[in-house]
Amino acid sequence: MGVIIDKELCTGCGQCLDSCPFEALELEGDFAQVNDSCTLCGACAEACPEEAITVPEVERAQDGRAAQAKGVWVFAEQRGGQMPEVVAELLGQGRRLARELDVEVGAVLLGHGLDGMAGELFALGADVVYLADDPRLAEFNDDIYCTVLARLIAEHRPEVFLAGATSLGRSLIPRVATAAATGLTADCTGLAIDPDKRLLLQTRPAFGGNIMATIICPDARPQMATVRPRVMKRGGRQDGRQGRLVAVSLTPEDRAATQVLEVVQALDEQVNLTGAEVVVTGGRGLGGPEGFDLVRQLATALGGVVGATRGAVDSEWIGHAHQVGQTGRTVAPKLYIALGVSGAVQHLVGMQGSDNIVAVNNDPNAPIFDVAHYGIVGDLFEVAPAMLNRLKTLRGQG
Amino acid sequence: MKIAVCIKQVPDTANVKLDPETHTLKREGVESIVNPFDLFALEAALRIREQAGGEIVAITMGPPQAEAVIKEAIGYGVDEGLLLSDRAFAGADTWATTAALAKAIEGLGGVDLVVCGKQAVDGDTAQVGPGIAQRLGLPHVAFVKGFREIENRRLVVERQMDDGFDVVEMPLPGLITVVREVGEPRPPSLKGKMRAKKYAIPMKDAAQLGLEAGQVGLAGSFTQVVKVFAPSHGGERHRLEGPPEQTGAQVIDALVDNQVIMLGS
Ligand SMILES: Cc1cc2nc3c(=O)[nH]c(=O)nc-3n(C[C@H](O)[C@H](O)[C@H](O)COP(=O)(O)OP(=O)(O)OC[C@H]3O[C@@H](n4cnc5c(N)ncnc54)[C@H](O)[C@@H]3O)c2cc1C
Ligand SMILES: Nc1ncnc2c1ncn2[C@@H]1O[C@H](COP(=O)(O)O)[C@@H](O)[C@H]1O
Repeated sequence: MGVIIDKELCTGCGQCLDSCPFEALELEGDFAQVNDSCTLCGACAEACPEEAITVPEVERAQDGRAAQAKGVWVFAEQRGGQMPEVVAELLGQGRRLARELDVEVGAVLLGHGLDGMAGELFALGADVVYLADDPRLAEFNDDIYCTVLARLIAEHRPEVFLAGATSLGRSLIPRVATAAATGLTADCTGLAIDPDKRLLLQTRPAFGGNIMATIICPDARPQMATVRPRVMKRGGRQDGRQGRLVAVSLTPEDRAATQVLEVVQALDEQVNLTGAEVVVTGGRGLGGPEGFDLVRQLATALGGVVGATRGAVDSEWIGHAHQVGQTGRTVAPKLYIALGVSGAVQHLVGMQGSDNIVAVNNDPNAPIFDVAHYGIVGDLFEVAPAMLNRLKTLRGQG
Repeated sequence: MKIAVCIKQVPDTANVKLDPETHTLKREGVESIVNPFDLFALEAALRIREQAGGEIVAITMGPPQAEAVIKEAIGYGVDEGLLLSDRAFAGADTWATTAALAKAIEGLGGVDLVVCGKQAVDGDTAQVGPGIAQRLGLPHVAFVKGFREIENRRLVVERQMDDGFDVVEMPLPGLITVVREVGEPRPPSLKGKMRAKKYAIPMKDAAQLGLEAGQVGLAGSFTQVVKVFAPSHGGERHRLEGPPEQTGAQVIDALVDNQVIMLGS
């Protein structure tokens, strides 16, 4: 199976070949041909100037779930009573989607000893909070968390279910979607509603951020998505806002097979890259481990965290946990500063979603400048100290 | 211990450059490779076999040419391979992918541990591992970065979290997905490479897995891609050149003016 190419319309221009992320198109004589690598992603159909390419329509099972489902749900992730920032962002986004669908916003909170957190969720925009408070949920174990969530979904049938694309969310939610037998779109950066069909339009980077794809889940419900932290605006907070609290109890049989023996907070190493507003990243241009002192100073001055390229990590100048990119973390902070980073594609895919990118590199042709909003050609050992000085001056500290 | 490792063939992005105009990939002679994270999965499986004994089966679902990754896995030292290939698999989302992989693992019989990579670099979903675990009714721990204890009936692993890591005990059978920190992949052995050359790869199609056409590929998927487009790299671009004192100060001023940097904190 593959896309259908209309030989009447195909001019053999080859534009589809360049658009294909999977090398599934070849030129045979004067026509494009599709091979077995085709995943039916549709990038070529989009790229074809002649509209010669169509993605085949496929019959899918309709199970009527869409008609019955109602409500937008948000997974209120917490660890040790702390909710990551993304929960507020999801509730802000959830409210906007719920308004368009004219439904309520539900928040699902699992854990133990979570007094007061439901109130916070109401303040952040939840109309209903489903609270499962049980000692068996005190630590995060995928299987029992999944059992509880899947049961709630089966019972209440939300039409949309959003969770943060955090480590916890990306471990748990695929399991929940499988248990609920529905579709899941990972790490979305854009969500919208098609009001006619009540469909959630889920946009995410694919193929390492080089293409964007909009994905729908036409029939199964809920329509599930994990959402990248720091891309959705958080909603307004309204103190004292009230809502319905639904207590959820576990059955006697519910238990986790896995057991958390220890929770280690790596606070000594400031590496919460995914949640950071500011990331200052050093590359091989730093010349050695000492170079990271400058990176740390700038990160500290800006209230940010330290990132690194694989080049720097492989040189053992800094730990793995700092690596940004395809085989490290994906970040999208408000401000990303790259010092001595060449901008290899595997690095760019992990940071090109940042709101403001500053790059300092002494090679004017470094690819990092293609994605930088502020590209500074110069020696980082001169430019970065100048940045620090200016900050001090403006803050009246020097 | 019987270990199944799921590995995927993906296009190699190492030699690819971004086209600065269109921000699409410039793809000249891009080759296919083993998904980089799956090399860590293979390495983890090899280390576990060293400690606990047993055998490793590498499984991949993909077009016929995906047999290359099975050969590579044999080269690294896995015992057996299995290729799942069928035209009907095309266009599978993670739901339809886990349908095939879970059936294949079930078909091996008596698998104690399934190891997956953290995510595949083409789709970046990280959904397949936990999905397989749920389909097989197995516990799972995702984003494993290290092992504390490896025994025949249980593992104690370190699970990477955003704010640190957890030490988690998992009874076997179970599934893990691994991140880079589990250890650098060893190079393939000469013996393994020799064996890979001769190794006849077992293959299964949808029917042999006991799956119908409607359960796999695009037809068996819940999600559907409706649009693909180039990312917009929004925002103006400025190039600052000149003496460093000047450019360094300029960029800070611009960021302060645009309220990216707040001075009052
Ligand atoms: C499968 C795979 C996965 C990968 N995953 C990742 C990943 O997750 N993250 C990642 O980062 N990389 C990844 N890489 C590696 C990537 O291809 C690059 O090798 C790496 O990003 C380069 O790091 P770098 O920019 O620090 O080093 P280099 O490419 O060596 O660049 C150093 C830059 O510093 C500049 N410079 C030198 N001195 C100065 C100075 N005094 N002042 C200013 N500028 C200076 C130079 O002009 C140069 O541009 C991956 C590669 C592969 C094959
Ligand atoms: N087609 C496939 N064949 C074998 N393993 C796969 C396949 N797709 C995904 N996997 C496994 O699942 C992991 C996560 O992939 P993904 O969910 O696609 O990001 C990969 O690292 C592989 O271990």
